[in-house]
Amino acid sequence: MCLTLLIYLVGLFFSETVSDIHKKITTAFKLFDYDANNTVDAREISTIVFSLGCFPSQADLHQIIAEVEEGSSGYVHLDTFLPVMTKVLLEHRFPPIPVEHILRAFEVLDKENKGHLEEGELTKYMTEEGEPFTNKEMEEMLAVLLNNKRGLVYYRDAVGLLGFDGVMK
Amino acid sequence: MGCGTSVATETQVKRLETDEAVRSPSPALTMKAAVLIQRWYRRYMARLEMRRRYTWNIFQSIEYAGEQEQLQLSSFFTYMLDNFTQLNGNGPDLISQLLDPVVDPWLDRETCYNLISVPESYTGPRISFPLTVSDTAALLSAFKEQQILHAKYVLQLLNETKKLLKQMPNIVHLSTSYTKEITICGDLHGRLDDLLLIFYKNGLPSAETPYLFNGDFVDRGKKSVEVVTLLFAYLLLYPDHMHLNRGNHEDHIMNLRYGFTKEVMLKYKTYGHEILQLFQDVFSLLPIATVIDGKILIVHGGISDQTDLEFLSSVERYKVKSALRFPRCSLEQLDIGRSYRLAKRMRSTDSPRSGSSHSYNESQRSPRQRKRRCGLSSQDSAASTSSSSSSLSSSSSLCSPRTPSSLSPRPCPPSPRMPHSVLQVPFLDSLSSVPLPSPPQHEQEWKQIVDILWSDPKTQEGCSPNTFRGGGCYFGPDVTKRLLLQHGLQLLIRSHECKQEGYELCHDGQVITIFSASNYYEVGSNRGAYIKLGRELVPRFYQYQVSRTTRKLTLTQRVQAAEGSALRALKEKLFAHRSELMTGFQQFDQSDAGSITVSEWAQVLEAILRLDLPWRTLRPHLARLTPDGSIEYQSCFEDMGPGVPLPQVAPNLAETVFRYRTDIEIIFNIIDKDHSGLISTEEFRHTWRLFSTHLGIDIDDTAIDDLARSIDFNKDGSIDFTEFLEAFRVVHKLDFKEQLGEKVDEVKYSGGKHL
Repeated sequence: MCLTLLIYLVGLFFSETVSDIHKKITTAFKLFDYDANNTVDAREISTIVFSLGCFPSQADLHQIIAEVEEGSSGYVHLDTFLPVMTKVLLEHRFPPIPVEHILRAFEVLDKENKGHLEEGELTKYMTEEGEPFTNKEMEEMLAVLLNNKRGLVYYRDAVGLLGFDGVMK
Repeated sequence: MGCGTSVATETQVKRLETDEAVRSPSPALTMKAAVLIQRWYRRYMARLEMRRRYTWNIFQSIEYAGEQEQLQLSSFFTYMLDNFTQLNGNGPDLISQLLDPVVDPWLDRETCYNLISVPESYTGPRISFPLTVSDTAALLSAFKEQQILHAKYVLQLLNETKKLLKQMPNIVHLSTSYTKEITICGDLHGRLDDLLLIFYKNGLPSAETPYLFNGDFVDRGKKSVEVVTLLFAYLLLYPDHMHLNRGNHEDHIMNLRYGFTKEVMLKYKTYGHEILQLFQDVFSLLPIATVIDGKILIVHGGISDQTDLEFLSSVERYKVKSALRFPRCSLEQLDIGRSYRLAKRMRSTDSPRSGSSHSYNESQRSPRQRKRRCGLSSQDSAASTSSSSSSLSSSSSLCSPRTPSSLSPRPCPPSPRMPHSVLQVPFLDSLSSVPLPSPPQHEQEWKQIVDILWSDPKTQEGCSPNTFRGGGCYFGPDVTKRLLLQHGLQLLIRSHECKQEGYELCHDGQVITIFSASNYYEVGSNRGAYIKLGRELVPRFYQYQVSRTTRKLTLTQRVQAAEGSALRALKEKLFAHRSELMTGFQQFDQSDAGSITVSEWAQVLEAILRLDLPWRTLRPHLARLTPDGSIEYQSCFEDMGPGVPLPQVAPNLAETVFRYRTDIEIIFNIIDKDHSGLISTEEFRHTWRLFSTHLGIDIDDTAIDDLARSIDFNKDGSIDFTEFLEAFRVVHKLDFKEQLGEKVDEVKYSGGKHL
C-alpha cells in the first residue's frame, strides 16, 4: 500500500500525471480494440507495451501477458491491463536501451571487427542465441538491414537508420 | 529478469570496451548481446506495426467522413434543382439535364449509336456485336496500352449490356454443378492493374473460369471506364460465366463525387452526357444479389434485420437509380398544404423533363420566400436530433444523428402537428426534417436495396443504422445467423470494406469480406484478394499486391509512404477547419498564452473534426510542444498554405472553399456544359450564393462579388475555374515524400480545356 502511494507521489513529480498515463495507455490499447468492447487479443500486448516506450525482453512480456490475460481466453480486458501497465510506466521498469549499447552489442557479435556482419552470421545469432527469432522475424530483419547487394549488414548504418524511435518528425 | 538483465548487459558490455585483449567473447556475453539486439529490433517492429495501424485508422476515418459529406451534397443537388433558374434565360435547366432522364428527340437510340462514324485516324480497338473472343482480346491489349475506346463502341456496348441485364432477375441463382470453380472478386474501384493481375493469375473469364464481381467497379481509381468496359464486354461474351452484382458506387450521384463522372467527361467530350445517362440505366439494372447452390449469398454491402429476400426478388430494381435520391411519394397520401409543397418538391426531383417545369414554378417565388421555406423545414421538424432514432426504423433516414452542437446552427423544436415519420435531410452542416407520409411501396424497395448495398457487419449483436456511412445498417452476428437460417444458407460473402489482407472473416466464419483493390489507400496499404469456390463450397483465398516499382519496397518504406500520405490528408483536414479549430483552442486559452494541454487539444480536434483517431499518438506529427509540455496550437497549421497567393477575400470564405473544394469542383463541372474550363462570372456568382445560403454561411454579396472580380483574371466576364481551384489547393510546405526521395503522384485538377 505504502509502496503504491510512494510510487504515485514519485509519479506526480514527473511532468506526466497518472491521468495522462492512463490516457496514453488507453489510446494505445484502443488502437487494437477492433470490436470496440475494451478487449484486445493477447498477442497484441507486446506491440502495445513497446509502443508505450518500454523495452521489455520476451520473458518480461510473457510475464505481463500472464498477469493480464483473462484465463486462457486469449483476450485481455482494459480494466485488467490499465493498472498493471500504469505501474510498469510509473516504475520505469523497462527503460530504453541507449543506442551505443546496441552498437556495442553488434560489435560483440562482430568478432573479427570487420565493421559488418555477414547475412549468415547474423542469421545464426538471431535464430539460435538469446531469445531466438522466428523465420518470419528473421526474414523481415534481413529485408530491412540487408539493403545492399553483397549480403552484408553494416550495423553502424543500420542502427542509425532504424534509429531509436522510427518516428519521422 | 527485466532491469536485472539490462544492467548486467550494460556492465559487461562496458567491460568489453576496456579489455582490448578479448578476441572471442564468452558464450554468455554473446547471448546477452543477441538478446539486446533482438529486443531492440522487436521494439522497432512493434512501433512500425503501431504506425501502420493508426495510418490505416486515419485513412478509414477520412474515407467514411467523406462519404457522409456525400449525402449532404446530394441534398444540395436536390435543393439546386428546385431553385436553380436558367442563368441566361434560354435553354433548359442545366442541372436536371444531367441528373434526370432526358426525353430525347431520338426515337431509336440504338440506330443513332450505329450511325456515329468513327474516323479513320482512330487507332483504338474496333469491336462489333455480338462480341467475340477477339473483341475482348482487342480491348484487353488496347487498355494495356493506354488507349481509349471510341464513344460509339462504348454506347453500343452499354446498350447491349442494358438489353441483357433487363432479362436478369434481381437475385441471380448459380449452380456449381455446371461450372468449374467460380472466382469471386470484390471492389475494384477503377484499378485496372488489379483486374489485369487477377486475369493474369487466375485466367480470363471463360466456361472453365467463371467469375463473379461483387460491385464497386468504378470511382476513385483512374481507369474506371476501362474496368467496367472489360467487365461488361465479358458479360456480353459469356453471359453464363460472368456475373456482376451492383455495388453502392454503381450510382450516378456517388459517381459525381468520387470521380467516375469526371473521368467519363474527360475521356468523352462529345458523348459524355449520353454515356453517363446509359451508365445510370445500366447500373440500376445490375442484379443486387447472387446465390450459389442455394447455400451462399453474395451481396455488395450486407444485410439488415429487415432484409427480405423474397421481397427483394420481386421489386423493380431499376427504379432505385441512386441511394441518394429519396423515393417519390404519391400525392394522395398527403393531407396538409405544407406537406403538399414539400412533397411536390421531392417529386419534382424524380420526374422526367416535365418536372423541370415544376422547378420553374417553385423558383419563381421571391428570394425571401425561398429562404423562408428552407428555414421553415428545419424549424418545423417533428424530430430533434436526439429523437431521430425513432424515425430511423420506420422511414428512410440517411443522415447521422451524431451532430455536434457546435455545428448545427438551427435547433429543431418539436412540433406536435407533424406526421409521425420524418425524413431527416442533411443540409450540409445542419439537419432539417421533411415530413413524409407512411412509407409507400417505393420507399420499402429503396430501403431494402440500400441496406444490401451499404451495410457493414459489426461484432455487437443487433442491427443499428450505419451512422458512419450514413446509409444501410450495422448488422450483428445474430442478424446474420437468423437470415442464413431462414433461407437455408450457410455463408454470406460481401465486399464494401477495405481489408489489409484483402479479405477477412467475421461472425464466426459466417461472413467473408472480399476486397480486390490492392494499395487502396496508398502504395503498400493493403493486399487485394479473390475467392475460389468449388463444388464443396469451401472458399480458398488468393492474395496479391500490384507493384509499380520493380524494386521491392521494404515494410519500413511502405509504412513510411502510407503514413506520409495519411498524415498529409489529415493535415489538410485541419487546415480546412482552421478557424473553427482556432476558436475551439482559444476557448481553453483564456490567458492568450498560445498553448493548451494535450487533453484540451485532443478534445477540440475530436469535437470539430469528428474523426475518432488516436490524437495523442499522432501529436508529434501534427503540433509542437512548448518547453513545459503543452501544445503550441498554432503550429498545427504551420507547414501548409494555399496554392498561390490568395486574392483578398474574407477569411471564412477562403476556408469554406478549401473545405468544399471537391464539391465546388463538381458543381462547376456540371455548369460548364461545353467543357471549356470556363464559366461566366454571373454563373459563378449565382452558384456561390446558392452554395453559401445552403451552408448557412453569412457572406455578404460584396464579398462574393469581390471574389468573382478578383479571380476573373482577364476581366472578360469569364472565370477559369481550374485556376480558381488551384488557388484553393492546399500545399504542404514540407513535402515528406520528397524527403524520402520518392516521386509524388499528384492528382491533377485539370479542366476540360487541357484535354
